[in-house]
Amino acid sequence: MVKFKKWIFGATAGLAASLMVQSASAVEIEYWQYFFEARVKAMETLIDNFQKANPDITVKMTHFPYADYRTKVAAAIPAGEGPDVVQLFYGWLNDYVEAELIQPLPADRFPPEMIEKEFFPMVSAMKRGDSYMALPTAVRSLALFYNTRLFEEAGIDAPPATHDELIDVAKKLTKKDGAGNITTVGITTGMTAQDHHWVREVLVRQFGGEPYNDDYQTVNYNSDAGKKALGFYTSLQSEHGVTQSGFMDQPQAAFKAGRAGMHIDGSFRIGALNKTRGLKWGVTELPASNDGVKSNYSSYWVNGVTSKASGEKYEASLKFMEYIISDEAMQIWLDTVGELPAKPSAALTEKNSSDPVFGPFIRGLEYAHTTKFANESAQRQVLVDLVGRIDLEGQSLDDSVQQAAADEQKILDDYYK
Amino acid sequence: MRFYRSLTIAQKQIVWAWIFLAVPTVFYIWIRFYPTANAFVLSFQHWNLLSDREWAGLDNYVRLWNDPVFWVVFKNTFIYLALGTPISLALSFVVAYHLDKVRFMHGFIRALYFLPFMTSAVAMAWVWRWFYQPVPIGLINNALSSIGIPQIAFLNSTTNALPAVLAPAIWAGLGFQIIIFMAGLRAIPQTYYEAARIDGVSAWTTLTEITLPLLKPTIVFLVVFSSIGFLRIFDQVFNMTTNDPGGPLNSTKPLVLLIYDTAFNGFNMGYAAAQTVVLFVVLLVVSLLQLYIMRDRDRVS
Repeated sequence: MVKFKKWIFGATAGLAASLMVQSASAVEIEYWQYFFEARVKAMETLIDNFQKANPDITVKMTHFPYADYRTKVAAAIPAGEGPDVVQLFYGWLNDYVEAELIQPLPADRFPPEMIEKEFFPMVSAMKRGDSYMALPTAVRSLALFYNTRLFEEAGIDAPPATHDELIDVAKKLTKKDGAGNITTVGITTGMTAQDHHWVREVLVRQFGGEPYNDDYQTVNYNSDAGKKALGFYTSLQSEHGVTQSGFMDQPQAAFKAGRAGMHIDGSFRIGALNKTRGLKWGVTELPASNDGVKSNYSSYWVNGVTSKASGEKYEASLKFMEYIISDEAMQIWLDTVGELPAKPSAALTEKNSSDPVFGPFIRGLEYAHTTKFANESAQRQVLVDLVGRIDLEGQSLDDSVQQAAADEQKILDDYYK
Repeated sequence: MRFYRSLTIAQKQIVWAWIFLAVPTVFYIWIRFYPTANAFVLSFQHWNLLSDREWAGLDNYVRLWNDPVFWVVFKNTFIYLALGTPISLALSFVVAYHLDKVRFMHGFIRALYFLPFMTSAVAMAWVWRWFYQPVPIGLINNALSSIGIPQIAFLNSTTNALPAVLAPAIWAGLGFQIIIFMAGLRAIPQTYYEAARIDGVSAWTTLTEITLPLLKPTIVFLVVFSSIGFLRIFDQVFNMTTNDPGGPLNSTKPLVLLIYDTAFNGFNMGYAAAQTVVLFVVLLVVSLLQLYIMRDRDRVS
């Protein structure tokens, strides 16, 4: 009996001790992102590495289809459920900051001056007051894809480096049938794809303007520079006839099918193009303006710590954040996903910047800008309609730009009021 | 228990009926009425899913009234209705009327008409979208330009886009309407037709004096059913214009697409709820009109 009692006591004590140890050491934090196979795989590698270095922390990743992701996150976080560390599109951050659902990264662990020194400059869009709210592992930029087979056929030996060259090259690449219908476009266009970024952050700046003032709260592309930029853009179709908006439904489809000589798109397109059989392509930096001004647009997904994380979980979340913005994590992300590192120290290595595919995107990051959107799809729609009014309703460029500026200003005013 | 025993059989039946009805009632209140009521409340609030809901009074409705896009969309919705319902009914009646008289391969022809109704709207919209593309990929434009006719801008036009989007929607619903019409035609007693033939009445008079009046319940059902369908059109429009949803220049945007856009791109839940309330009222009015017409018919007969 005594033996049994002792055994019971010993077993209980042992169990209790082991439970206590577990609860003291094992912290589980949750990480959410959207489902994209390569991103999930990259994150699994990062989590493995992180857990090896921090055996007392486990990270549980949950992912959702892209189409549901924004709604799922928006429903879960205010309810106090869901992730401790979450991946958000940079353009959504404002709403989360306003609703106090994202905790600022503490300045002692993530000093702003360090971030500003180490990251590419466009990441400053994530700063609110004196601290950073969220940080990216990887960023994307734009570049000019070109079809090498069509280039050879037309006897063009180098991709265009300036606007004038762009038009010349596009003219040589454009093919028409007997009735004058375009069958191969020199360059794809379509505000519904990436062109609205190209116009906003690249062309407007190249023609000497600023697309917005007051930290993206005031529309400014209705300036002379903006009109010149949009004039250049629309002239590709109306004056030079080297493109047709809506050609083959989607610009990327036309390029994939070998029916477009050149195509402006983001680094996220690389994977899909690699999988396209029979397509031979190259990529180069976006053409500079004729007087040599370069610009680019960068977007990214950021990681932030939600208001749900507290105590041990908060501490573990910060540790995890520190790891996923390290150079090592960025290189893993580049190798697995093909998205560019957010820091020059990881991006501009000899190997990366001389890479024939990643190089042009990475070089673009040095002069890239990030638009702070209030409502990206609505603001994109404004530019879609701007070109639509000129093409379909014969409105003058001036009037259409003015109307677009007024429409977009209304969206911004509604949002920031 | 004693209380239950004191009830009459009829009362006991009622008790049991309610016990069985309780489950679907609770379920319905929970998934239908509560969210509906919630949407009405939400239409008087501002909410972006993230922050707390804030009372906004009539803000959302005032904004709706002053929103030029809303009026374009409202007009489009009624164009879908005004074109879609009569055209689809006329077509399906003509087909059903003649199909009713065909004996040769009757089942096969009927199946051909019914097939599109069973096809996924999404798949169909994408196939039609491909038909409508300009040269070099569009089926119709390739055919036109190969015989020297200039291309037609189907979807990339503010005037052609809406009918172009509507066409597959009409075509898809045709099969169902034909089946219902044929059932209605079969239900008309042959004796009327025999009597008409004996009296030597012309085919036109038989149609207008016998067939159509006796088809009225069928027609009323189809009018209401297809009206609600066209007022709620979404799949076809969204899938045929995903690059520029409801475009170009909002020329094809129906109310449901505007609601979707406001809610899930703009995250303006209160404003979207106000738009939903408007759609609800429109659908309610249509349904009440149906009841009114049906009651009218009962009194006459």
